[in-house]
Amino acid sequence: MLVPLSWLKDYVDINVAPKELEKKLFSCGFEVEEAYEVGKDISNVVVGYVEECEPIPETHLHVCKVNAGSHGTFQVCCGADNVQAGGKYPVALVGATVFATAKDHKTVEGVMTIKKGKLRGYESEGMLCSGVELGVSEDMFPGAGYNGLLVLPEDAEIGADVKPILGLDDWIFDVSITANRPDCQSILGLAREVAAVLDQPLKEPSYEYHETEVKKDGFTVTVSAPDLCPRYIGHYVYDVTIGESPLWMKRRLALVGQTAISNIVDITNYVMLEIGQPMHAFDCEYIEGNAINVRRAAEGEKITTLDEQEYTLTYNNLVICDGVKPVALAGVMGGLNSEIRDTTKAVLFESAKFARDNIRKTARALGKRTDASAKYEKGTDEYSTVHAMARALHLIEELGCGKVSSTHVDANTGNSIEPWEMKVSLSKVNDILGIEVPAQDVLHIMKNLQFAPKIDGDELTIYVPAYREDMDSYPDVAEEVIRMYGYEHVKPTFMPDALVTTGGMNAKQRRELKLKKDLCTTGAYECIHYSFFSPADLDLLKLAKDAPERHAIRILNPINEELSLMRTTLAASMLNAISRNQKKGNLSGRLYEIGKKFIAKDLPLTDYPDERETLCIGIFGEKESFFTLKGMAEKVAESLYVKFDYIPDKKSFLHPYQTAKIVCGGEEVGYLGKVAYPVADKLDLRTDAYLLEIDLKTLYALPAGKASFKPLPKFPGESRDLALVMDKAVTCGQVEDCIREACAYAKNVKLFDKYEGAPIPPTKKSMAFTIDFVPGAEPFEAESVDHFVKKILKNLKNKLDIDLRS
Amino acid sequence: MNEKFGEIKQEIVDGIKGLQSSKAVYEFKKQFLDNKAGKIGLLMKEMKNIAPEERASFGKSVNDLKEWAQARFAELDETMKSLELERRYAEEKIDVTEPGAEEKSGNLHPITQMRNEIIDVFSGMGFEVVENKEIENDYYNFTALNTPKDHPARDMQDTFYLSPEYLLATQTSAAQIHTMEAKKPPIKILCPGKVFRSDDDATHSPMFHQMEGLVVDKKITLCDLKGMLDEFVQKIYGEGTTTRLRPSYFPFTEPSVEVDVSCFECGGKGCKLCKGTGWIEILGAGIVNRKVLANCGIDPDQYSGLAFGIGLERVTMLKYGINNIKLLFESDIKVLEQIDNN
Repeated sequence: MLVPLSWLKDYVDINVAPKELEKKLFSCGFEVEEAYEVGKDISNVVVGYVEECEPIPETHLHVCKVNAGSHGTFQVCCGADNVQAGGKYPVALVGATVFATAKDHKTVEGVMTIKKGKLRGYESEGMLCSGVELGVSEDMFPGAGYNGLLVLPEDAEIGADVKPILGLDDWIFDVSITANRPDCQSILGLAREVAAVLDQPLKEPSYEYHETEVKKDGFTVTVSAPDLCPRYIGHYVYDVTIGESPLWMKRRLALVGQTAISNIVDITNYVMLEIGQPMHAFDCEYIEGNAINVRRAAEGEKITTLDEQEYTLTYNNLVICDGVKPVALAGVMGGLNSEIRDTTKAVLFESAKFARDNIRKTARALGKRTDASAKYEKGTDEYSTVHAMARALHLIEELGCGKVSSTHVDANTGNSIEPWEMKVSLSKVNDILGIEVPAQDVLHIMKNLQFAPKIDGDELTIYVPAYREDMDSYPDVAEEVIRMYGYEHVKPTFMPDALVTTGGMNAKQRRELKLKKDLCTTGAYECIHYSFFSPADLDLLKLAKDAPERHAIRILNPINEELSLMRTTLAASMLNAISRNQKKGNLSGRLYEIGKKFIAKDLPLTDYPDERETLCIGIFGEKESFFTLKGMAEKVAESLYVKFDYIPDKKSFLHPYQTAKIVCGGEEVGYLGKVAYPVADKLDLRTDAYLLEIDLKTLYALPAGKASFKPLPKFPGESRDLALVMDKAVTCGQVEDCIREACAYAKNVKLFDKYEGAPIPPTKKSMAFTIDFVPGAEPFEAESVDHFVKKILKNLKNKLDIDLRS
Repeated sequence: MNEKFGEIKQEIVDGIKGLQSSKAVYEFKKQFLDNKAGKIGLLMKEMKNIAPEERASFGKSVNDLKEWAQARFAELDETMKSLELERRYAEEKIDVTEPGAEEKSGNLHPITQMRNEIIDVFSGMGFEVVENKEIENDYYNFTALNTPKDHPARDMQDTFYLSPEYLLATQTSAAQIHTMEAKKPPIKILCPGKVFRSDDDATHSPMFHQMEGLVVDKKITLCDLKGMLDEFVQKIYGEGTTTRLRPSYFPFTEPSVEVDVSCFECGGKGCKLCKGTGWIEILGAGIVNRKVLANCGIDPDQYSGLAFGIGLERVTMLKYGINNIKLLFESDIKVLEQIDNN
């Protein structure tokens, strides 16, 4: 919210510098996002008196002798058509900064520094300035809009700084207002806080006006939707003369970036800025039926707003109607049909409170946010609804632009606008703060904040102004006290009365962290990807139409389609991450993510979905293979103290012969494999990539394994290498199982070589295994291991037709 | 006979001059000291030709020669061994400036690293870690946290909806409600998790991480909040770091504060990082709103609580000087390998 310092000063004496005020506001909860002098870009511009002014032949220029008082007298060349001897104009001295303008002398193109120059052979030391060059508009200073020199008043002191004369020494504060303080969404609202924090009295604006005998006979206001409009005040004003607003009003509107329109419209805007209550004015000539009805719109009902946009409404929108038709979209914008024109003779002023969520929904649904709707969305209060109307009527009289009738209709639901009494215990307030704020200070603070406090022993009685809808119970009082008393009084303590608790991570969290760290040791980097993905990702994975992954939860209001589904697999995000890396020239690497898959019980959601922790690994590069990834899978198994089995499998996005499902305790928990070539091509991958996905939720549900000590074998073991010849279809896993099955002492069975080709027959292959035999309670006898080997070979021959390689 | 001794001696003295290796020494030595065929051994066979009275002295002379020869060859062996060692070392000379073999570990994600660091600090203070749901319902995400349907605070957090009742968690606070419903005070929990808001630019990501903390016990005050956070920032940002509280607003706390930490870059003098103010905003906090406690069945007249929420991306980015939040979610290895404070 923009707050001009000069305007604030109407309601409170400000005895501190702007920067100090900024600090004070900050300390009591109002962050000033930006504070700047209106003329911050303008410097060294003073009142110049043109003593002589001669035309330069054959040009539009004049050469002037400009008296700048104590700064000296200079020769200045000037191209403006209104320069004349005896005039007073702003003169930018050499070294001054002013706005640079384009050839049209109107468009600002940055800030420039004035230097000595020469025009058509004439020395020029300085520049006489226009309003645009000083950033002053017609609304801020009369005559400043002229496309020529800005003419200063005759009584301006020669050589004096022009900033105070033009109002450029004013300050603008851009204050951010928290959602609990809608009452501060106005100059007056903020002034209340400033008065409190500076310990100065608040000077309320005048709400006085005089009703005439005139009445608008038979005029009625009906609120058919009191749930959406708890208060609607209408007041009839006649003998209206539409014209320009006075300079002071135009200037204030200009300072906060609003354009003056006409006195009546400006009054509504001014009051909204000053009091925080949006107002509207209808041209009575176009109000039919001598009535106002506030009701929900009919389905399909249409309205054309002031900006000539037509909207089709629904039952959820609130409209202000006359006896016949909608004349305003409540809280958002007035209707074109009843707008104030130059010919308007009588107006109906509206000041109303509308339900904030209704206005928010309407503004959102229609994509139409206005200053008024923004105020309503944050919340308005009925105290201000009443006072704003009085203030507007006062301004009608002050500006002399109409007469205030005695037709005043206040349709309300009986809410009081008087302060209400609240009693709190001082010790409870102090208990929240943890310090003892002296009762006198509490009294002083609450008084400054307009709470009319009384203290009786431990009991504090306050009268809460009706605009303080945030006040509810003693913690609110505690906050009021401490923000004014100062947070620097809060001294660090460390829960002296609290019970001891044990902290830390639970077993699952510790397992997960261990798993992450173990994966890092394989050279993999942890990634975090969005929990949502794109429908296109499902297609990237070439998933069948009825694949369970397509049963994804949809976000109703996604940022865009790419981020519209909750993930049912982590594979696509990983593939995209690999692709991004390769596009940046990272052609090899290992990545992993532990994230969630979201499995809906039914769609749309009526219950919490199953959030399943899932591990996804993606590796890529020349050195990677199915087996390097499988090594990482084994690392996962080791980390979680489980055992994985691998069974050949197929996945739509993986290589048909380099893919396996991962099985743990008989349950399928995931897959790994090489990324299928068409998928890799789609992602422009330059090196092979491999993917793994494991459902951790299933694994976490298994009893937590742990490291344990087994006594070392008392007796030495023996190892044997066996080179075996078998059919090509026989798998390594089958051989390993067959070896183990044949001999309980065969502890480690490990493939160390494989070979195909002569002299092995073409239908066969050779695989060589190292087998470690580990003795039990008794040592092996001399022949034991040879005996084991014989048993193993026999089993291999019987089960898989495997021979020892000769 | 004495000439013969002299010859052998001379032969050894001359012969060993040209020897270059232990093996050559061994071969040469064998010619003289081999038990059967060695020239010195063979001398003993001459014994039978020696007059009996001279045999004793002859035997001694042979032995002397043998001992002398053995001593020579032992010396020579030593010399050869050290020569050969030197040669071996020389052959194995390397260029120590060549690059070392790569022993690459990956890294935890910067957010995980930051998260672990914070968990460590609060674990030590007795906080349990509780994880949040990413998909929440309206009641736990808003209503129970004192943000009823028409509340403007709902606008502070642009929410992704999945159905009229279910949404993507906009804050990890729901985990606090679930905990307070399930457990009675004393409660000290830390809730790290992913949260979602419809916001997407250089400083906002539609998904980000929060870490909220909650304490509920008897007589918890604003001073305790300050004391706990002072302790926290000193552990994370170093001794001498301090906090500043200033008023703010969150629906679930009253009073609510914004917490600034004294700038860890300049120590509070004012620099680019703190935009000259000496302070950096790092978290929001406050005293738990009585209504929130009551909503969870905890008697607000008996118990009070404090809560705080940290944006993990923000503190991570500040700590490492990362300038764009998107870098945290793009998984560029060149980025991830830089942050290895595991």
